[in-house]
Amino acid sequence: MDESLEQLIALRVNGVRHEVVVPPRRTLSDVLRHDLGLTGTHVGCEHGICGACTVIVDGAAVRSCLLLAVQVEDCEIETVEGLAGPDGEPNALQRAFHENRAQQCGFCTPGFLMLAEAAIRERGSMTEEEVTDLLASNVCRCTGYDAILAAVNQVMKERR
Amino acid sequence: MKPPPFAYQRAFSAADAVARLAEAGDEAKLLAGGQSLVPMLAFRLVRPTVLIDLKPVEELSYLRVDDDGALWVGALTPHRGLESIEPRLIARGHRLLPEAARWVGHAPIRARGTFAGSLAHADPSAEWCLMCVLLDADLTVLGPAGSRVVPAREFFRGYLTTDLAADEMIVEARLPATGPAVALEEVARRHGDFALASAAVALDVDGAGICQGARIALGGVAEVPMRAGVAEAGLTGHPLDQEAIREAAALATRDLEPLPNAGVSGDYRRRLTRVLVERALSTARERARKDGGDG
Ligand SMILES: Cc1cc2nc3c(=O)[nH]c(=O)nc-3n(C[C@H](O)[C@H](O)[C@H](O)COP(=O)(O)OP(=O)(O)OC[C@H]3O[C@@H](n4cnc5c(N)ncnc54)[C@H](O)[C@@H]3O)c2cc1C
Ligand code: FES
Ligand code: FES
Repeated sequence: MDESLEQLIALRVNGVRHEVVVPPRRTLSDVLRHDLGLTGTHVGCEHGICGACTVIVDGAAVRSCLLLAVQVEDCEIETVEGLAGPDGEPNALQRAFHENRAQQCGFCTPGFLMLAEAAIRERGSMTEEEVTDLLASNVCRCTGYDAILAAVNQVMKERR
Repeated sequence: MKPPPFAYQRAFSAADAVARLAEAGDEAKLLAGGQSLVPMLAFRLVRPTVLIDLKPVEELSYLRVDDDGALWVGALTPHRGLESIEPRLIARGHRLLPEAARWVGHAPIRARGTFAGSLAHADPSAEWCLMCVLLDADLTVLGPAGSRVVPAREFFRGYLTTDLAADEMIVEARLPATGPAVALEEVARRHGDFALASAAVALDVDGAGICQGARIALGGVAEVPMRAGVAEAGLTGHPLDQEAIREAAALATRDLEPLPNAGVSGDYRRRLTRVLVERALSTARERARKDGGDG
């Protein structure tokens, strides 16, 4: 690795500014996990298929394994660590996941949370069909999806 | 599964991007949404020495309608910009575009991936490649010597291969408006995957139900998205009845030789395409009836 290629970049994650020195090839998922120690963002396939690495960038859910950290300087990045309130109180979506037992091994959970959180904020309300369509973006190998669908649909109902 | 090393630059205008491409030589690549390029880097299918990030070129993300009703799509328009296109544009002959956008991967892919990135990647199953071929879009390509216009049907040269020179970029595309009689049908192995096969049609149907012009485009079943010229000619001038539709679908797919893909045989994909063409033509015909017979 040619050290001369390393760059100093500033990233805003969950409202906190971080400066990191990274080679351009480092993905956002790796910077979050390795450089910033934010291991809540999981990495499954590293090529855009599974969605485990989903984070929110400037309000939109995106795959952090398909973004280079250098691409998201000056962006507002949110990870699963930022969902709970300041006192650690889970937010409405996290509570719904808990109540509906929407996780088993939990590997996919941060990705699903960020995917659904972005959509809930952006669209306000979604039909069950839209929720199904949205959640098809990510892979869960344990739950069979029903509980995850139920959790997100519950949040939609609570908001009506 | 990590990208190989490369140097990273930002472009601040289309001209700047092209100048940087020319300077960096053959081993440089443009980076738009990264939704195809980054996976290819991770798999080490490409090893550029320089990546030139187009993201700062914000003026290349736009949708504009000209006097002929054609839609000009800026290169960096994200897929979701077309997914959420204004109702005004849908009514003015662009209803197929948001329908096509919804087939492109998943919401997170559509938030980052761009229109021209898809064209430059040139997957024969890609929805935007199919739309451009169906609608006879014109692509504006910028190089060091200036810009040129390439008709979509001449742009795609083979699997993941286009007419672009190493120092050229797509800056915009012009998509002519259609009448209401349009449809897109596709089947993918899983929701959000690239299509096993797709068929898009645009018909001109007169008040008497006679087809005055037909366009049929097929995706994912050849090296490039293609038009079914013989079937198009066969439909033109005839009433659009079930028999004509069945015949056109058979004609459109008769000589296809798709490769096996994602665990299904080439023959299956050919027969699937026939069904998709039939469905698309039927849907377009219904839309012509419902939304006016003027085509
Ligand atoms: C899980 C997943 C599912 C997907 N499903 C689909 C699908 O169903 N249908 C579909 O169509 N696509 C699908 N895609 C691909 C997606 O649409 C990409 O966004 C698109 O193919 C490339 O656009 P991009 O902006 O991300 O380009 P990038 O990945 O940044 O670039 C792709 C290529 O285009 C070149 N390039 C980019 N912009 C330009 C330009 N303006 N001029 C010249 N060259 C340029 C780059 O150098 C590179 O070679 C999927 C992707 C993923 C990860
Ligand atoms: S790890 Fe990013 S999509 Fe699988
Ligand atoms: S809970 Fe195990 S992968 Fe979803």
